[in-house]
Amino acid sequence: MTHPYLALTDSDREEMLTAVGVGSVEELFRDIPAGVRLGRELDLEPALSEHELSAHLGALAARNADTTRELSFLGAGIYDHYVPAVVDAVLQRGEFLTAYTPYQPEMSQGVLQAIFEYQTAICELTGMDVSNASGYDGTTVTADACYIAKHATGRTKVVVTAATNPQVRQVVKTYAPGFGLEVVEVAHRGGVTDVDELRAAADGAAAVILQQPNVFGCLEPAPELVAAANDAEALPIVHCDPLSLGVLEAPGRYGAAIALGEGQAAGNFPSYGGPHYGFLAARQDFIRRMPGRIVGEMVDAAGERGYVLTLQTREQHIRREKATSNITTNQTLLALGGLVYLTWLGPQGIRELGETCLSLAAYAKQQLRARAGLELVFPEQATFKEFAVRVGRNAREVVAAARERGVHPGYALGRDYEGMDDVLLVAVTEKRTPQEIDRLAEVLAEVTA
Amino acid sequence: MKLIYEKSRPGRRASAIPRPEGLPEPEIPESLRRAEPPRLPEVPEFELIRHFTELSTRNFGVDTGFYPLGSCTMKYNPRINERLVTLPGFASLHPLQEEDGAQGALELMWRLQEILAEVTGLDAVSLQPAAGSQGELTGLMLVRAYFDDRGEGAQRRKVVIPDTAHGTNPASVTMAGYELTPVKTDPRGNIDVEDLRGKVDEHTAALMLTNPSTLGLFDENIEEIERIFHGAGALMYYDGANLNAVCGISRPGDMGFDIVHINLHKTFSQPHGGGGPGGGPIAVRKMLEPFLPVPAVVRRGEDEFGLDYDRPQTIGKVRGFTGPFGVFVRSYAYMRMYGPRLREMSETAVLNANYLRARLQDAYELPYDRLCMHEFVLSARGLKREHGVTALDVAKRLMDFGYHPPTIYFPLVVPEALMIEPTETETKETLDAFCEAMLAIAREAAGSPETLKEAPHHRPVKRLDEVRAAKTPVVKYEFERHPEAGGEPSAVAAEAPKGV
Amino acid sequence: MAAAESYPEDLRYHPEHDWARVDGDEAVLGITWFAADALGELVHFEPPTVGATIAKDQPYGEVESVKAVSDVIAPLSGEVLEVNATVVDAPETVNDDPYGNGWLVRIRLSDPSELEALLDLAAYQQVLADQ
Repeated sequence: MTHPYLALTDSDREEMLTAVGVGSVEELFRDIPAGVRLGRELDLEPALSEHELSAHLGALAARNADTTRELSFLGAGIYDHYVPAVVDAVLQRGEFLTAYTPYQPEMSQGVLQAIFEYQTAICELTGMDVSNASGYDGTTVTADACYIAKHATGRTKVVVTAATNPQVRQVVKTYAPGFGLEVVEVAHRGGVTDVDELRAAADGAAAVILQQPNVFGCLEPAPELVAAANDAEALPIVHCDPLSLGVLEAPGRYGAAIALGEGQAAGNFPSYGGPHYGFLAARQDFIRRMPGRIVGEMVDAAGERGYVLTLQTREQHIRREKATSNITTNQTLLALGGLVYLTWLGPQGIRELGETCLSLAAYAKQQLRARAGLELVFPEQATFKEFAVRVGRNAREVVAAARERGVHPGYALGRDYEGMDDVLLVAVTEKRTPQEIDRLAEVLAEVTA
Repeated sequence: MKLIYEKSRPGRRASAIPRPEGLPEPEIPESLRRAEPPRLPEVPEFELIRHFTELSTRNFGVDTGFYPLGSCTMKYNPRINERLVTLPGFASLHPLQEEDGAQGALELMWRLQEILAEVTGLDAVSLQPAAGSQGELTGLMLVRAYFDDRGEGAQRRKVVIPDTAHGTNPASVTMAGYELTPVKTDPRGNIDVEDLRGKVDEHTAALMLTNPSTLGLFDENIEEIERIFHGAGALMYYDGANLNAVCGISRPGDMGFDIVHINLHKTFSQPHGGGGPGGGPIAVRKMLEPFLPVPAVVRRGEDEFGLDYDRPQTIGKVRGFTGPFGVFVRSYAYMRMYGPRLREMSETAVLNANYLRARLQDAYELPYDRLCMHEFVLSARGLKREHGVTALDVAKRLMDFGYHPPTIYFPLVVPEALMIEPTETETKETLDAFCEAMLAIAREAAGSPETLKEAPHHRPVKRLDEVRAAKTPVVKYEFERHPEAGGEPSAVAAEAPKGV
Repeated sequence: MAAAESYPEDLRYHPEHDWARVDGDEAVLGITWFAADALGELVHFEPPTVGATIAKDQPYGEVESVKAVSDVIAPLSGEVLEVNATVVDAPETVNDDPYGNGWLVRIRLSDPSELEALLDLAAYQQVLADQ
């Protein structure tokens, strides 16, 4: 029986083998030595039909407590923002979905122009001069930025604030030895980074990485921290939440060398951690050190505007061992989702979204204090859409108990930070209603009593 | 075609954001507040859809037509996979959900690992790397961890790579802190074993090899190569870019490789998405398992799955969470649709490639005259010498016939290279029509070379001035240079819709 | 306009397709027509810094076209006295005039005896013939 994803009939196969000049399909593989052949059938379960497959994966999906089944306040880097239907509609266009890298610009003006528009949107959000076409996620673009900093400064140390998301710090530490970089952490003081401590650590560093808002949801004194890094001639790298940038100042406006982050919140579903896109934008000085693809505008032989991959001599297929990165396949489709989403939001939408998040988070803080009697961990600090509360007992137990009541109350920070076993990180997106927040307060009151 | 920014008019919007009443006012410290709003587009929803729909018509995918882009395995991407990935249980699952709330996702990943272990002939799998390149880098980190653990880390600093390798291999070597040892290709397209012998010793950490190679040829000396590397105490890394040729036929583990990355977006049908996403899981031999990234996806009981962080010798994390889960859903679904019949997939891919090769090798040059695997490399050297027509011209002219061009000018060891990979998902009629186009182009090269030089003739744009783009790069919309954008559209600026 | 193929008699050549015009204890360096033609129209020159020390047979800069990048190999050792700003601003000058306005750097020689190892025109043309 011909497989649904294959097409050759018996007579096709005979004609083709004759044209090739071999007697059998088996003979096509005669260059493979007998000693390295499998010599048996693959030990896999039999092929499924499409409807059997559908039932099987449907059953697996049903075993997951996703955010449509559980009232979720989970964040810590991945957020349950609304993804509008226009994103799905555009991403399911086969011309985008099933194309590859636009190496042939005449076949790929659609995706090239879209990436150019994406680069523009990222530069507008971050206040930077140049954006690449995307990296894998918010963690790997941070490692990429360290590689830029190492080559730009010739220095061998990077500083990262302890209040930067632990996933990001772990990935930077995994990459650093290969880059010949040492990683130094600067502790937080009451939920934010101390400017003088950072200034001391930045001495002789290639880069200083900070997150705004930071992992606790707190707003760092980012302009002062960036200035301290610049004073030390270390590249300030600001890891930021793209959806905070309708209300928070663009890192480029307060002196960051590189602004980057996890794009998921802007236009991608949580999808159990991926695929998403990492955005990376920099000042003009670093354009020739950027990792990955960049699209440029130019004109064709008839004088019409068009778009091409540009500055490709930075990349692995040309510069090989001296390339600015080994990346080739990136996250274009997810970045396209980001562009569609940011277009859907527009400048007013992104500001309003930020304001709604701010208001709902402020309301949640009030309710958790008033109804559940919980204390904020860092009451002095301003926050954006996420904040840390003490729940008076092991937070993982609180999570388990609350989930039995249909509410996921947030991330147990004790998994990453010592002394925070009783701390819950609560994220509030625009999707949450005041009633849902009331429900959270009610459940936390029950399970922490 | 206008940019979305040029269709923007102040006051228009596609979104409405909820703003419940009676909430506290939004507060931001003055020093951190945004001064100028970002100039994002202002368009209504229907204009948004029209814009991106028009853009899509200026793009070419596998759904549009034949896409024999060598080394990229541009096969059909089944639509059922796109439906499955949108199930809320997958799409709306938060990666920090507790294990008992993610059993379906964990089981899917565990099952995918088991399948990949069987297909590669290796013992343990990490799904974490985001793409082939990251798989390579992760593999080299494992090599380093392994030799550090054995006290040989300082001594073994060199990684051997053949001159046919993808550029990602040498780039990964540098990023992993290793030094590159290049090795030549012999006249049959295999690694030059004599050149190799002199270059592998106690300072060698690993070999990185694509097999079949980027020439589309299976290395006939793979057993000897294995003896050389393992004999010197070095490891063998398999770049799985070309795994589509050998599924169910010969496994990297059987060939002697210790570490493999698998490009889920090539062999296992994750759509390429205009450049990504991909997936680059790695499979390794038992002795390398302790060093794999955390968390590991494990089976704890008959029907219970979990994430294991307790791996004291791990290299750490190479990206966020457990990897690109949506890619896993698609590739797992794809592999379940085949099961053991994956062998038929590879056999068909190899037959299709050999058929094209046989029909085209007289009109173009075939530098390595052997049976090929899933792809082959022709040279337009003869056309260039005789008619001044280059591989680039052939590629551009193919567009006029409605085909995506092959990969050109790679691998570097073949001048005027045209690297053709048809994949298994094409009918014989499509393959024949493509051959007729290639043969017609070869005739045109002799008869009317200017037709090729000026190609393409029927795409939305003509050839583009890449020199000017690289010299003075314009990499974002320059609002300041377009004061008319965002204002009232003038009659002059209005643009008639263009067909493709 | 790219220049026509030529190799002046008065230069000394390095087999990596670099030239030197020596004047006392100074020399002006560049790349040959062959190298410029092989790369295609240059779009970028990454120069060394003035004051840097460069070493014979080692890369001292990079030249790029759209599809290729190449190290520039020093034919002689010395200290960089001047970088050709014209080429930094308009890299295609190298294609237009490889031995005139398209020079890359001026150096002070640290070891004039190295000159003996360089090729004269006839020897370099033999290198080209062997390509």
